[in-house]
Amino acid sequence: MCQNCPQPQGFLAELIDTGLLIDTGVDGLYGRSGLFEEVIARFDDLITRYGGQDGAEIVRFPPAMSRKHFEKSGYLKSFPQLAGTVHSFAGDERAHAQLLHNVADGVDWTDGQVSTEVVLTPAACYPLYPVVAKRGPLKADGALFDLQSYCFRHEPSKDPARMQLFRMREYVRFGTPDQVTEFRATWLERGQAMMKSLGVPLDVDVANDPFFGRAGRMLANNQRDQRLKFELLIPIESKEKPTACLSFNYHQDHFGTTWGIQTAAGETAHTACVGFGMERVALALFRHHGYDVEAWPKAVRDVLWG
Amino acid sequence: MKTKIREILTKTAKLPVDVATLRDDDDLFNAGLTSFGTVELMMALEEAFDLEFPDKMMNRRNFASISGIEQALQSILSEHA
Repeated sequence: MCQNCPQPQGFLAELIDTGLLIDTGVDGLYGRSGLFEEVIARFDDLITRYGGQDGAEIVRFPPAMSRKHFEKSGYLKSFPQLAGTVHSFAGDERAHAQLLHNVADGVDWTDGQVSTEVVLTPAACYPLYPVVAKRGPLKADGALFDLQSYCFRHEPSKDPARMQLFRMREYVRFGTPDQVTEFRATWLERGQAMMKSLGVPLDVDVANDPFFGRAGRMLANNQRDQRLKFELLIPIESKEKPTACLSFNYHQDHFGTTWGIQTAAGETAHTACVGFGMERVALALFRHHGYDVEAWPKAVRDVLWG
Repeated sequence: MKTKIREILTKTAKLPVDVATLRDDDDLFNAGLTSFGTVELMMALEEAFDLEFPDKMMNRRNFASISGIEQALQSILSEHA
């Protein structure tokens, strides 16, 4: 193979060449330029224009959560391969010296690391459930929250739309089955209208989460059979395998049971959420309208910049 | 076979009701069988009957009742007979 020949320039290479993303040497971990952040901020505002009138309580968590809450959430049952846990050095001087030697020798230095009370947030809503549970039974009209957080998933990839650290905006609805399924149906319509206004090709389809292992096939099949998850897909890295940019999820009573969240009538609460992949939408816009935002279609610029 | 299925249900599925009170056709999901309970049940059945559920049979329908589980197991066993 020719070592000096130019390598194919994929979308990721173009994003780095144009300066929109900044390479850190780790797949899926990138810096963002001011322009990239501007597009994210404009899209963030657009979401609020569609959902802000619903009166959601705004909550922002840091991109990490309590390890105890994480363990109780059940995330490790479904996605142990994606979790990121924070560890720290807890040894003595001798162990410290050994650690430094190991680093210098380029061998594993993590033996003395112990888990902390902190786990990286896997989805923006995970820190929310124990908070809602602590407040006691829901009011008669349930509850609605507006969240945004950086999230971590350990899935290094050359696909720029599959980052290890990315932002997820979410609206999360708590209530009776009727209340939360109505919320999801509303957002299925709204989400499509909102994304059509951005002039990108899209499709909505039934989907499943990437449950771990062979047994996870059963969870995935059941999720699809029960139509619990829909995704709004936009081609970014590939036309054949378009990327999920928004997702519409009905958790049934999974989180209500896990956290003991009750409706005003004393039933186990059901929950649903709509999630927006902020970087993925920005990438879709750059992919379909080009790297020069001044040259984007006027209709799209009007929607984002007003 | 149903007796063995009931034994495995009692050990693995952690139902909130006594398995002995369930009829063969009772809906196990109504009786409290959860998604993860279904996964654990499947893995225990595979070990006990020395078989493997193919992808196409990994769904709620095949775990909806004791009779349904028996039919699923017989179907897998007959395909590999």
